[in-house]
Amino acid sequence: MAFIEAIMQYGFLQKALLTSIMVGVICGVIGCFIILRGMALMGDAISHAVLPGVAISYMLGINFFFGAVFSGVVTAIAIGFVSQNSRIKHDTSIGIMFTAAFAAGIIIITLLKSSTDLYHILFGNVLAVRSSDMWITLAIGVVVLAAVYLFYKELLITSFDETMGAAYGLPVRLIHYFLMTLLTMVTVASLQTVGIVLVVAMLITPAAAAYLLTDRLWMMIFLASGIGVISSIAGLYFSFTYNLASGATIVISATAIFVLVFLFSPKHGLLWKMLRVKKKRASLI
Amino acid sequence: MEKEAISIKDLHVSYYGNEAIKGVSISVQPGNLVGIIGPNGAGKSTLLKAMLNLIPKDKGDIKVFGKTVKEVRKKIAYVPQRNDIDWDFPITVLDAVLLGTYPNLQLFRRPKKKEKEWALECLQRVGMEEFSKRQIGELSGGQQQRVFLARALAQKAELFYLDEPFVGVDASSEETIVTILKELCLQGKTVIVVHHDLSKANDYFNQLILLNKELISFGEVNEVIQADIIEKAYKGQFAFMKEMGV
Repeated sequence: MAFIEAIMQYGFLQKALLTSIMVGVICGVIGCFIILRGMALMGDAISHAVLPGVAISYMLGINFFFGAVFSGVVTAIAIGFVSQNSRIKHDTSIGIMFTAAFAAGIIIITLLKSSTDLYHILFGNVLAVRSSDMWITLAIGVVVLAAVYLFYKELLITSFDETMGAAYGLPVRLIHYFLMTLLTMVTVASLQTVGIVLVVAMLITPAAAAYLLTDRLWMMIFLASGIGVISSIAGLYFSFTYNLASGATIVISATAIFVLVFLFSPKHGLLWKMLRVKKKRASLI
Repeated sequence: MEKEAISIKDLHVSYYGNEAIKGVSISVQPGNLVGIIGPNGAGKSTLLKAMLNLIPKDKGDIKVFGKTVKEVRKKIAYVPQRNDIDWDFPITVLDAVLLGTYPNLQLFRRPKKKEKEWALECLQRVGMEEFSKRQIGELSGGQQQRVFLARALAQKAELFYLDEPFVGVDASSEETIVTILKELCLQGKTVIVVHHDLSKANDYFNQLILLNKELISFGEVNEVIQADIIEKAYKGQFAFMKEMGV
């Protein structure tokens, strides 16, 4: 319980905790749409693609939020452009574009000779969260949650049956890029806590666990957020107590929850499925 | 004379320069149940998607009730092919039908009690109300297709476009679907169905569009189903058609 005492005592730890909780919530929410649209790889790509934007922002001395959103969205558009205008398949296009952006980011940061920053951007350092970062995360959180709440109908229909959406006149391409923009913002918010390399886990793992627990989208969104928050708090605890990289401990916590759900989920869990099969076979003897 | 439900003039559609639809002109009056038939790769689904303005046309003009497709979009209900849908999606049967009310809901407005009751009513019409709380993947193929028909009904549309609604569907569901489609036509709605073969075509439809990239024939069913016309569309596949007693 030294952890709780420490939280009461240290301002930096309170900031870290609040930021991680917010990141857990928004990653869970956006993650649901990412996995239902089959865009897990896209999530990975966009999170890596913010690196050059972050680097250039540092260089220019502006807030990294703007640079990150810019390079994330440009990469999303480039990926779409290549796959729509050639025989290159979508996943190949993703692979080409995000590695290019990531590589460019590494070069820029190396030229700036600030390798410690690079390490923190890549792997996260939640214990060094500044107040300004916390407020940015909060602002992003409000925007993301409001957007999902207001456009829930449109996001649901384009995720489930995009053709129907297009048929009755929804701007499906615009909605796609809108979601990509939200995804980029979530990535930026997560930079400090889990880092670029592992953001995708916070997007996908809690949402995937929630997907195995329910057959209702709104419920899946709430569960994913909850699992994200629990992972964040648990991860922060392990990070603080054992002096480990916060991104890694948060992601491992989320993975542990996923494994539990994968095995024991009442409806879709492996264990109950096997038991049901066994019972059925026994009843036929 | 009544206004035409659908009027297509000299429609050309291509994919990267390969022509899929060549110079098709059709005019459908309201209240007709029209089948689009033709061999594989004849451009049946392409024609349907072009009629929905989902794919760009190279040339030609499509009017629905005398207006452009964009102006009357919400009056057209579309039922996709079953394998275009992710059946593991976390959505219940009733919520899937509720999607049909979305085109008529304004931005930021949620479906309320009124919409939910209407969705349930549509579900009753296809005989699926007892499944309303199930996840859609737990249904059989025929039940899934009935749910999607209920979704189209929920849209209160004037035109219904169905893409291969009878693939992987059991006989009793097929009958339910056809009965409802015929009822819709009696109410003055217009129904267009992409259908994969000629079997039962004369029982189901009153007009046929026989397509093989070009329009081979269009008209009343008994005018279209004639050996020489069918042969023109199906060419080599004709021997197989003969065996089926067409």
